[in-house]
Amino acid sequence: MNDILQGFIEAARLIASLDRELVEIVMLSLRVTLSAVLIASIIGLPLGAWLVVNRFRYRRATIAVMNALMGLPPVVVGLFVYLLLSRSGPFGVLGLLFTPTAMIIAQVLIITPLIASISHQTIRDLWAEYHDLLISLNATRRQRIAALLWDGRRALLTAMLAGFGRAIGEVGAIMIVGGNIDHSTRVLTTAIALETGKGNFAVAMGLGIILIALAVGVNLLIHTLSRTERASIW
Amino acid sequence: MVGSILPLTLRGACAKFRGKMIVGPVDLTISTSGFTVVMGPNGSGKTTLLRLMHGLQRVAVGVVKWNQPETIARSRQAYVFQQPIMMRRYVVDCIAYPLLLHGVDKKQARDEATEWAIRVGLGHALKRPAPVLSGGEKQKLSLARALIRKPEILFLDEPCANLDGRAMREIETLLQQAQADGTRIVMATHYMGQACRLATDVVFMYGGKVHECGPATAFFDGPQTEKAAAFIKGDIVE
Repeated sequence: MNDILQGFIEAARLIASLDRELVEIVMLSLRVTLSAVLIASIIGLPLGAWLVVNRFRYRRATIAVMNALMGLPPVVVGLFVYLLLSRSGPFGVLGLLFTPTAMIIAQVLIITPLIASISHQTIRDLWAEYHDLLISLNATRRQRIAALLWDGRRALLTAMLAGFGRAIGEVGAIMIVGGNIDHSTRVLTTAIALETGKGNFAVAMGLGIILIALAVGVNLLIHTLSRTERASIW
Repeated sequence: MVGSILPLTLRGACAKFRGKMIVGPVDLTISTSGFTVVMGPNGSGKTTLLRLMHGLQRVAVGVVKWNQPETIARSRQAYVFQQPIMMRRYVVDCIAYPLLLHGVDKKQARDEATEWAIRVGLGHALKRPAPVLSGGEKQKLSLARALIRKPEILFLDEPCANLDGRAMREIETLLQQAQADGTRIVMATHYMGQACRLATDVVFMYGGKVHECGPATAFFDGPQTEKAAAFIKGDIVE
Protein backbone atom coordinates (compact mmCIF):
# COMPACT_ATOMS: atom_id res chain seq x y z
CA MET A 1 0.00 0.00 0.00
CA ASN A 2 2.88 2.26 0.90
CA ASP A 3 4.44 1.68 -2.53
CA ILE A 4 1.21 2.66 -4.26
CA LEU A 5 0.97 5.84 -2.21
CA GLN A 6 4.62 6.55 -2.89
CA GLY A 7 3.87 5.93 -6.55
CA PHE A 8 1.23 8.69 -6.60
CA ILE A 9 3.61 11.05 -4.84
CA GLU A 10 6.42 10.18 -7.26
CA ALA A 11 4.10 10.65 -10.23
CA ALA A 12 3.07 14.07 -8.93
CA ARG A 13 6.72 14.98 -8.36
CA LEU A 14 7.76 13.87 -11.86
CA ILE A 15 4.94 15.81 -13.48
CA ALA A 16 5.39 18.92 -11.31
CA SER A 17 9.13 19.06 -11.95
CA LEU A 18 8.62 18.38 -15.69
CA ASP A 19 11.51 15.96 -15.46
CA ARG A 20 13.42 16.16 -18.75
CA GLU A 21 13.94 12.43 -18.96
CA LEU A 22 10.25 11.81 -18.29
CA VAL A 23 9.18 14.25 -20.99
CA GLU A 24 11.53 12.54 -23.44
CA ILE A 25 10.13 9.10 -22.58
CA VAL A 26 6.52 10.29 -22.80
CA MET A 27 7.11 12.00 -26.14
CA LEU A 28 8.76 8.90 -27.57
CA SER A 29 5.94 6.70 -26.26
CA LEU A 30 3.41 8.95 -27.97
CA ARG A 31 5.43 9.21 -31.17
CA VAL A 32 5.86 5.45 -31.52
CA THR A 33 2.29 4.60 -30.54
CA LEU A 34 0.52 7.27 -32.58
CA SER A 35 2.63 6.44 -35.64
CA ALA A 36 1.78 2.76 -35.25
CA VAL A 37 -1.93 3.53 -34.80
CA LEU A 38 -1.92 5.76 -37.87
CA ILE A 39 -0.20 3.16 -40.07
CA ALA A 40 -2.29 0.28 -38.69
CA SER A 41 -5.48 2.30 -39.27
CA ILE A 42 -4.50 3.08 -42.85
CA ILE A 43 -4.12 -0.68 -43.38
CA GLY A 44 -6.74 -2.07 -40.98
CA LEU A 45 -9.78 0.14 -41.58
CA PRO A 46 -9.98 -0.38 -45.37
CA LEU A 47 -9.11 -4.05 -44.88
CA GLY A 48 -12.05 -4.48 -42.49
CA ALA A 49 -14.37 -2.70 -44.93
CA TRP A 50 -13.01 -4.65 -47.89
CA LEU A 51 -13.74 -7.93 -46.13
CA VAL A 52 -17.32 -6.80 -45.54
CA VAL A 53 -18.03 -5.72 -49.10
CA ASN A 54 -16.29 -8.52 -50.98
CA ARG A 55 -17.32 -12.13 -51.33
CA PHE A 56 -14.58 -14.62 -52.13
CA ARG A 57 -13.85 -18.25 -51.53
CA TYR A 58 -11.83 -18.14 -48.33
CA ARG A 59 -13.53 -15.08 -46.85
CA ARG A 60 -14.72 -16.79 -43.68
CA ALA A 61 -11.33 -18.37 -43.10
CA THR A 62 -9.64 -15.00 -43.65
CA ILE A 63 -11.93 -13.34 -41.09
CA ALA A 64 -11.35 -16.16 -38.62
CA VAL A 65 -7.57 -15.86 -39.01
CA MET A 66 -7.78 -12.09 -38.65
CA ASN A 67 -9.79 -12.44 -35.45
CA ALA A 68 -7.32 -15.00 -34.14
CA LEU A 69 -4.44 -12.64 -34.87
CA MET A 70 -5.95 -10.13 -32.45
CA GLY A 71 -4.40 -12.25 -29.74
CA LEU A 72 -0.91 -12.31 -31.27
CA PRO A 73 1.67 -12.74 -28.49
CA PRO A 74 3.73 -9.51 -28.58
CA VAL A 75 6.91 -11.34 -27.58
CA VAL A 76 6.61 -13.59 -30.61
CA VAL A 77 5.99 -10.58 -32.84
CA GLY A 78 9.03 -8.92 -31.29
CA LEU A 79 11.14 -11.98 -31.98
CA PHE A 80 9.85 -12.16 -35.56
CA VAL A 81 10.64 -8.49 -36.22
CA TYR A 82 14.00 -8.90 -34.47
CA LEU A 83 14.93 -11.75 -36.81
CA LEU A 84 13.82 -9.75 -39.84
CA LEU A 85 15.79 -6.65 -38.83
CA SER A 86 18.86 -8.23 -37.28
CA ARG A 87 22.11 -8.05 -39.24
CA SER A 88 21.73 -11.57 -40.57
CA GLY A 89 18.05 -11.03 -41.38
CA PRO A 90 16.58 -10.04 -44.78
CA PHE A 91 16.20 -6.38 -43.77
CA GLY A 92 19.35 -6.16 -41.64
CA VAL A 93 20.96 -3.89 -44.19
CA LEU A 94 18.50 -1.15 -43.30
CA GLY A 95 19.96 -0.88 -39.80
CA LEU A 96 16.59 -0.45 -38.14
CA LEU A 97 17.01 -2.73 -35.15
CA PHE A 98 17.01 -0.91 -31.80
CA THR A 99 15.44 2.20 -33.31
CA PRO A 100 11.98 3.70 -32.81
CA THR A 101 11.16 2.60 -36.37
CA ALA A 102 11.61 -1.04 -35.38
CA MET A 103 9.29 -0.44 -32.42
CA ILE A 104 6.68 1.09 -34.74
CA ILE A 105 6.93 -1.90 -37.11
CA ALA A 106 6.38 -4.33 -34.23
CA GLN A 107 3.41 -2.36 -32.93
CA VAL A 108 1.87 -2.12 -36.38
CA LEU A 109 2.04 -5.92 -36.66
CA ILE A 110 0.39 -6.30 -33.27
CA ILE A 111 -2.45 -3.82 -33.64
CA THR A 112 -3.36 -4.06 -37.34
CA PRO A 113 -5.38 -7.28 -36.87
CA LEU A 114 -7.09 -5.72 -33.86
CA ILE A 115 -8.11 -2.58 -35.76
CA ALA A 116 -9.11 -4.57 -38.86
CA SER A 117 -11.18 -7.00 -36.82
CA ILE A 118 -13.08 -4.40 -34.81
CA SER A 119 -13.65 -2.24 -37.88
CA HIS A 120 -14.88 -5.30 -39.77
CA GLN A 121 -17.52 -5.93 -37.12
CA THR A 122 -18.54 -2.29 -36.99
CA ILE A 123 -18.76 -1.91 -40.75
CA ARG A 124 -20.63 -5.20 -41.13
CA ASP A 125 -23.57 -3.68 -39.23
CA LEU A 126 -23.47 -0.53 -41.33
CA TRP A 127 -23.23 -2.58 -44.53
CA ALA A 128 -26.38 -4.48 -43.54
CA GLU A 129 -28.10 -1.10 -43.36
CA TYR A 130 -26.60 0.39 -46.54
CA HIS A 131 -26.37 -2.72 -48.71
CA ASP A 132 -29.48 -2.27 -50.84
CA LEU A 133 -29.00 1.48 -51.20
CA LEU A 134 -25.40 1.30 -52.38
CA ILE A 135 -26.15 -1.54 -54.79
CA SER A 136 -29.18 0.35 -56.08
CA LEU A 137 -27.12 3.50 -56.59
CA ASN A 138 -24.67 1.45 -58.61
CA ALA A 139 -21.75 2.38 -56.36
CA THR A 140 -18.46 0.69 -57.24
CA ARG A 141 -16.74 -1.45 -54.60
CA ARG A 142 -14.32 1.35 -53.88
CA GLN A 143 -17.17 3.83 -53.47
CA ARG A 144 -18.99 1.43 -51.15
CA ILE A 145 -15.91 1.06 -48.96
CA ALA A 146 -15.41 4.84 -48.93
CA ALA A 147 -19.05 5.44 -47.93
CA LEU A 148 -18.90 2.84 -45.16
CA LEU A 149 -15.65 4.20 -43.75
CA TRP A 150 -16.84 7.80 -43.87
CA ASP A 151 -20.29 7.21 -42.43
CA GLY A 152 -18.95 4.82 -39.82
CA ARG A 153 -16.06 7.06 -38.84
CA ARG A 154 -17.22 7.73 -35.30
CA ALA A 155 -17.77 4.06 -34.57
CA LEU A 156 -14.43 3.26 -36.19
CA LEU A 157 -12.77 5.53 -33.70
CA THR A 158 -13.34 2.77 -31.17
CA ALA A 159 -11.23 0.44 -33.27
CA MET A 160 -8.44 3.01 -33.43
CA LEU A 161 -8.61 3.70 -29.72
CA ALA A 162 -8.50 -0.03 -28.97
CA GLY A 163 -5.35 -0.17 -31.09
CA PHE A 164 -3.93 2.82 -29.24
CA GLY A 165 -4.71 1.20 -25.89
CA ARG A 166 -2.96 -2.00 -26.86
CA ALA A 167 0.05 -0.23 -28.36
CA ILE A 168 0.69 2.28 -25.58
CA GLY A 169 0.73 -0.47 -22.98
CA GLU A 170 2.83 -2.88 -25.02
CA VAL A 171 6.18 -3.93 -23.57
CA GLY A 172 7.31 -7.36 -24.79
CA ALA A 173 7.85 -6.67 -28.48
CA ILE A 174 9.31 -3.18 -28.15
CA MET A 175 11.68 -4.35 -25.45
CA ILE A 176 13.06 -6.94 -27.90
CA VAL A 177 13.26 -4.76 -31.01
CA GLY A 178 13.92 -1.44 -29.26
CA GLY A 179 16.30 -2.66 -26.62
CA ASN A 180 15.19 -0.06 -24.01
CA ILE A 181 18.17 2.16 -24.79
CA ASP A 182 18.34 5.33 -22.72
CA HIS A 183 17.65 8.52 -24.73
CA SER A 184 16.99 6.41 -27.80
CA THR A 185 14.31 3.73 -27.49
CA ARG A 186 13.15 3.96 -23.88
CA VAL A 187 9.41 4.37 -23.59
CA LEU A 188 7.10 4.39 -20.57
CA THR A 189 6.45 0.66 -20.48
CA THR A 190 10.07 -0.36 -20.86
CA ALA A 191 11.08 2.25 -18.28
CA ILE A 192 8.53 0.76 -15.85
CA ALA A 193 9.95 -2.71 -16.45
CA LEU A 194 13.48 -1.40 -15.85
CA GLU A 195 12.63 0.48 -12.64
CA THR A 196 10.73 -2.53 -11.31
CA GLY A 197 13.77 -4.71 -12.04
CA LYS A 198 15.93 -2.26 -10.13
CA GLY A 199 13.54 -2.33 -7.18
CA ASN A 200 12.52 1.34 -7.59
CA PHE A 201 8.86 0.53 -7.09
CA ALA A 202 7.79 4.10 -6.34
CA VAL A 203 9.31 5.40 -9.58
CA ALA A 204 7.87 2.44 -11.52
CA MET A 205 4.46 3.06 -9.99
CA GLY A 206 4.72 6.76 -10.74
CA LEU A 207 5.51 6.04 -14.38
CA GLY A 208 2.61 3.57 -14.45
CA ILE A 209 0.22 6.22 -13.21
CA ILE A 210 1.49 8.66 -15.83
CA LEU A 211 1.02 5.96 -18.50
CA ILE A 212 -2.58 5.38 -17.46
CA ALA A 213 -3.23 9.13 -17.31
CA LEU A 214 -1.74 9.49 -20.77
CA ALA A 215 -3.94 6.74 -22.23
CA VAL A 216 -7.07 8.20 -20.64
CA GLY A 217 -6.08 11.72 -21.71
CA VAL A 218 -5.57 10.77 -25.37
CA ASN A 219 -8.90 8.92 -25.40
CA LEU A 220 -10.73 11.88 -23.91
CA LEU A 221 -9.05 14.30 -26.29
CA ILE A 222 -10.00 12.24 -29.35
CA HIS A 223 -13.57 11.80 -28.14
CA THR A 224 -13.84 15.52 -27.54
CA LEU A 225 -12.36 16.47 -30.90
CA SER A 226 -14.53 14.00 -32.81
CA ARG A 227 -17.65 15.00 -30.85
CA THR A 228 -18.74 11.46 -30.14
CA GLU A 229 -21.80 11.05 -27.93
CA ARG A 230 -23.07 14.44 -29.03
CA ALA A 231 -24.68 13.46 -32.30
CA SER A 232 -25.43 9.96 -31.07
CA ILE A 233 -27.59 9.09 -34.05
CA TRP A 234 -24.57 9.28 -36.36
CA MET B 1 -27.00 9.57 -78.20
CA VAL B 2 -27.88 6.34 -76.42
CA GLY B 3 -31.52 5.31 -76.79
CA SER B 4 -34.02 4.55 -74.07
CA ILE B 5 -33.41 1.66 -71.69
CA LEU B 6 -37.10 0.86 -71.99
CA PRO B 7 -39.06 -1.25 -72.63
CA LEU B 8 -38.14 -3.67 -69.90
CA THR B 9 -39.06 -7.24 -70.67
CA LEU B 10 -39.38 -10.14 -68.25
CA ARG B 11 -39.62 -13.59 -69.80
CA GLY B 12 -40.20 -16.51 -67.46
CA ALA B 13 -38.30 -14.58 -64.78
CA CYS B 14 -38.12 -16.33 -61.42
CA ALA B 15 -36.63 -15.43 -58.05
CA LYS B 16 -35.59 -18.02 -55.51
CA PHE B 17 -34.88 -17.82 -51.81
CA ARG B 18 -32.91 -20.68 -50.27
CA GLY B 19 -33.74 -22.85 -53.24
CA LYS B 20 -37.46 -22.19 -53.03
CA MET B 21 -39.21 -20.33 -55.82
CA ILE B 22 -40.74 -17.17 -54.32
CA VAL B 23 -41.69 -15.30 -57.47
CA GLY B 24 -42.31 -16.41 -61.00
CA PRO B 25 -42.32 -17.36 -63.67
CA VAL B 26 -43.21 -13.79 -64.64
CA ASP B 27 -43.84 -12.58 -68.18
CA LEU B 28 -44.23 -8.84 -68.23
CA THR B 29 -43.33 -5.81 -70.30
CA ILE B 30 -42.81 -2.35 -68.83
CA SER B 31 -43.43 0.04 -71.69
CA THR B 32 -41.69 3.34 -72.31
CA SER B 33 -44.25 5.55 -70.57
CA GLY B 34 -46.92 5.41 -67.91
CA PHE B 35 -47.37 4.71 -64.24
CA THR B 36 -47.52 1.04 -63.33
CA VAL B 37 -48.90 0.10 -59.96
CA VAL B 38 -48.06 -3.34 -58.56
CA MET B 39 -50.75 -4.55 -56.19
CA GLY B 40 -51.51 -7.67 -54.23
CA PRO B 41 -51.85 -9.04 -50.71
CA ASN B 42 -48.94 -9.34 -48.30
CA GLY B 43 -46.41 -11.93 -49.39
CA SER B 44 -47.67 -11.97 -52.97
CA GLY B 45 -44.24 -11.01 -54.30
CA LYS B 46 -44.60 -7.30 -55.07
CA THR B 47 -41.32 -6.27 -53.48
CA THR B 48 -39.45 -9.22 -54.96
CA LEU B 49 -40.79 -8.40 -58.41
CA LEU B 50 -39.57 -4.80 -58.10
CA ARG B 51 -36.18 -5.97 -56.82
CA LEU B 52 -35.97 -8.47 -59.66
CA MET B 53 -36.59 -5.75 -62.23
CA HIS B 54 -34.16 -3.33 -60.57
CA GLY B 55 -31.42 -5.93 -60.24
CA LEU B 56 -31.37 -6.16 -56.45
CA GLN B 57 -32.68 -9.73 -56.66
CA ARG B 58 -30.84 -12.33 -58.69
CA VAL B 59 -32.80 -13.82 -61.57
CA ALA B 60 -32.81 -17.55 -60.85
CA VAL B 61 -34.49 -18.62 -64.07
CA GLY B 62 -35.62 -16.68 -67.12
CA VAL B 63 -34.68 -13.30 -68.45
CA VAL B 64 -34.95 -9.67 -67.36
CA LYS B 65 -33.97 -7.69 -70.40
CA TRP B 66 -33.53 -3.96 -70.87
CA ASN B 67 -33.45 -2.21 -74.22
CA GLN B 68 -29.82 -1.22 -73.52
CA PRO B 69 -26.81 -3.09 -72.15
CA GLU B 70 -26.97 -3.87 -68.43
CA THR B 71 -24.37 -1.27 -67.40
CA ILE B 72 -26.24 1.55 -69.11
CA ALA B 73 -29.60 0.35 -67.81
CA ARG B 74 -28.28 0.14 -64.24
CA SER B 75 -27.13 3.74 -64.26
CA ARG B 76 -30.46 5.11 -65.50
CA GLN B 77 -32.84 3.72 -62.92
CA ALA B 78 -33.56 4.43 -59.28
CA TYR B 79 -35.31 2.73 -56.39
CA VAL B 80 -37.16 4.01 -53.33
CA PHE B 81 -37.34 1.53 -50.49
CA GLN B 82 -40.30 0.91 -48.23
CA GLN B 83 -38.11 1.58 -45.19
CA PRO B 84 -36.10 4.64 -46.17
CA ILE B 85 -32.37 4.02 -45.91
CA MET B 86 -30.80 7.09 -44.37
CA MET B 87 -27.09 7.61 -44.65
CA ARG B 88 -25.43 9.14 -41.61
CA ARG B 89 -25.03 12.51 -43.27
CA TYR B 90 -26.77 15.83 -43.53
CA VAL B 91 -29.91 15.95 -45.65
CA VAL B 92 -28.20 17.94 -48.41
CA ASP B 93 -25.29 15.47 -48.54
CA CYS B 94 -27.65 12.49 -48.67
CA ILE B 95 -29.48 13.96 -51.66
CA ALA B 96 -26.23 14.91 -53.38
CA TYR B 97 -24.67 11.47 -52.89
CA PRO B 98 -25.80 9.85 -56.19
CA LEU B 99 -24.32 12.78 -58.12
CA LEU B 100 -21.02 12.48 -56.28
CA LEU B 101 -20.91 8.78 -57.13
CA HIS B 102 -21.10 9.71 -60.77
CA GLY B 103 -18.29 12.22 -60.63
CA VAL B 104 -20.25 15.46 -60.38
CA ASP B 105 -18.27 18.28 -58.75
CA LYS B 106 -19.05 18.59 -55.03
CA LYS B 107 -20.27 22.18 -55.19
CA GLN B 108 -22.50 21.55 -58.17
CA ALA B 109 -23.87 18.40 -56.52
CA ARG B 110 -24.69 20.35 -53.35
CA ASP B 111 -26.37 23.13 -55.33
CA GLU B 112 -28.53 20.64 -57.19
CA ALA B 113 -29.29 18.79 -53.97
CA THR B 114 -30.37 22.05 -52.35
CA GLU B 115 -32.73 22.70 -55.27
CA TRP B 116 -34.19 19.23 -54.93
CA ALA B 117 -34.52 19.53 -51.16
CA ILE B 118 -36.51 22.73 -51.62
CA ARG B 119 -38.60 21.08 -54.32
CA VAL B 120 -39.59 18.17 -52.07
CA GLY B 121 -40.20 20.43 -49.09
CA LEU B 122 -36.99 19.80 -47.17
CA GLY B 123 -35.49 23.23 -47.69
CA HIS B 124 -35.73 23.90 -43.96
CA ALA B 125 -33.81 20.75 -43.06
CA LEU B 126 -30.74 20.95 -45.29
CA LYS B 127 -28.30 20.89 -42.38
CA ARG B 128 -30.13 18.34 -40.30
CA PRO B 129 -28.79 14.80 -39.91
CA ALA B 130 -30.89 12.59 -42.19
CA PRO B 131 -31.51 9.85 -39.58
CA VAL B 132 -33.41 12.26 -37.31
CA LEU B 133 -36.02 13.24 -39.90
CA SER B 134 -39.65 12.18 -39.53
CA GLY B 135 -41.01 9.24 -41.54
CA GLY B 136 -42.57 11.48 -44.19
CA GLU B 137 -39.45 13.61 -44.47
CA LYS B 138 -37.28 10.53 -44.84
CA GLN B 139 -39.43 9.31 -47.69
CA LYS B 140 -39.26 12.73 -49.38
CA LEU B 141 -35.48 12.63 -49.02
CA SER B 142 -35.43 9.16 -50.58
CA LEU B 143 -37.50 10.46 -53.45
CA ALA B 144 -35.25 13.48 -54.00
CA ARG B 145 -32.18 11.23 -53.88
CA ALA B 146 -33.76 8.89 -56.40
CA LEU B 147 -34.86 11.66 -58.76
CA ILE B 148 -31.78 13.87 -58.64
CA ARG B 149 -30.12 11.98 -61.49
CA LYS B 150 -33.32 12.13 -63.55
CA PRO B 151 -33.72 8.36 -63.90
CA GLU B 152 -35.54 6.96 -66.87
CA ILE B 153 -37.41 4.57 -64.62
CA LEU B 154 -38.16 4.82 -60.92
CA PHE B 155 -39.17 1.84 -58.79
CA LEU B 156 -40.98 2.56 -55.54
CA ASP B 157 -41.77 -0.03 -52.93
CA GLU B 158 -44.78 1.16 -50.95
CA PRO B 159 -43.38 4.66 -50.50
CA CYS B 160 -46.42 5.82 -48.52
CA ALA B 161 -46.56 2.97 -46.02
CA ASN B 162 -47.11 4.41 -42.53
CA LEU B 163 -47.52 7.97 -43.81
CA ASP B 164 -50.48 10.18 -43.00
CA GLY B 165 -52.81 11.63 -45.65
CA ARG B 166 -50.95 14.90 -46.03
CA ALA B 167 -47.55 13.28 -46.47
CA MET B 168 -49.07 10.80 -48.90
CA ARG B 169 -50.54 13.62 -50.98
CA GLU B 170 -47.19 15.39 -51.09
CA ILE B 171 -45.44 12.22 -52.24
CA GLU B 172 -48.09 11.64 -54.89
CA THR B 173 -47.68 15.19 -56.20
CA LEU B 174 -43.93 14.64 -56.50
CA LEU B 175 -44.49 11.38 -58.34
CA GLN B 176 -46.90 13.00 -60.76
CA GLN B 177 -44.33 15.74 -61.41
CA ALA B 178 -41.65 13.14 -62.01
CA GLN B 179 -43.91 11.31 -64.43
CA ALA B 180 -44.67 14.57 -66.22
CA ASP B 181 -40.91 15.16 -66.47
CA GLY B 182 -40.58 11.86 -68.33
CA THR B 183 -39.73 9.34 -65.63
CA ARG B 184 -41.39 5.97 -66.03
CA ILE B 185 -42.76 4.87 -62.67
CA VAL B 186 -43.35 1.39 -61.28
CA MET B 187 -44.74 1.42 -57.76
CA ALA B 188 -45.95 -1.20 -55.34
CA THR B 189 -48.74 -0.06 -53.07
CA HIS B 190 -51.37 -1.35 -50.72
CA TYR B 191 -53.58 1.69 -51.03
CA MET B 192 -56.43 1.19 -53.43
CA GLY B 193 -57.25 4.90 -53.55
CA GLN B 194 -53.68 5.77 -54.40
CA ALA B 195 -53.59 3.15 -57.14
CA CYS B 196 -56.81 4.56 -58.63
CA ARG B 197 -55.40 8.10 -58.56
CA LEU B 198 -52.03 7.35 -60.09
CA ALA B 199 -52.01 4.17 -62.13
CA THR B 200 -52.14 4.00 -65.88
CA ASP B 201 -51.76 0.23 -65.69
CA VAL B 202 -51.85 -2.36 -62.94
CA VAL B 203 -49.97 -5.56 -62.20
CA PHE B 204 -51.85 -7.71 -59.70
CA MET B 205 -49.66 -10.22 -57.91
CA TYR B 206 -50.86 -13.30 -56.11
CA GLY B 207 -48.88 -16.27 -54.84
CA GLY B 208 -45.67 -15.02 -56.42
CA LYS B 209 -47.17 -14.80 -59.89
CA VAL B 210 -48.65 -12.06 -62.03
CA HIS B 211 -52.29 -12.90 -61.61
CA GLU B 212 -53.67 -10.10 -63.71
CA CYS B 213 -52.12 -7.28 -65.69
CA GLY B 214 -53.53 -4.50 -67.86
CA PRO B 215 -54.75 -0.91 -68.08
CA ALA B 216 -55.83 0.55 -64.75
CA THR B 217 -59.36 1.47 -65.82
CA ALA B 218 -60.02 -2.03 -67.14
CA PHE B 219 -58.58 -3.57 -63.98
CA PHE B 220 -60.63 -1.49 -61.58
CA ASP B 221 -63.84 -1.56 -63.64
CA GLY B 222 -63.85 -5.21 -64.57
CA PRO B 223 -61.20 -7.43 -63.00
CA GLN B 224 -60.77 -10.71 -64.85
CA THR B 225 -60.00 -12.95 -61.89
CA GLU B 226 -61.83 -13.75 -58.69
CA LYS B 227 -58.85 -12.87 -56.52
CA ALA B 228 -58.41 -9.46 -58.13
CA ALA B 229 -62.12 -8.73 -57.80
CA ALA B 230 -62.04 -9.68 -54.13
CA PHE B 231 -58.93 -7.55 -53.57
CA ILE B 232 -60.52 -4.50 -55.20
CA LYS B 233 -63.68 -5.04 -53.15
CA GLY B 234 -61.56 -4.98 -50.02
CA ASP B 235 -62.16 -8.61 -49.10
CA ILE B 236 -59.40 -10.57 -47.40
CA VAL B 237 -57.47 -12.40 -50.10
CA GLU B 238 -55.57 -15.40 -48.76
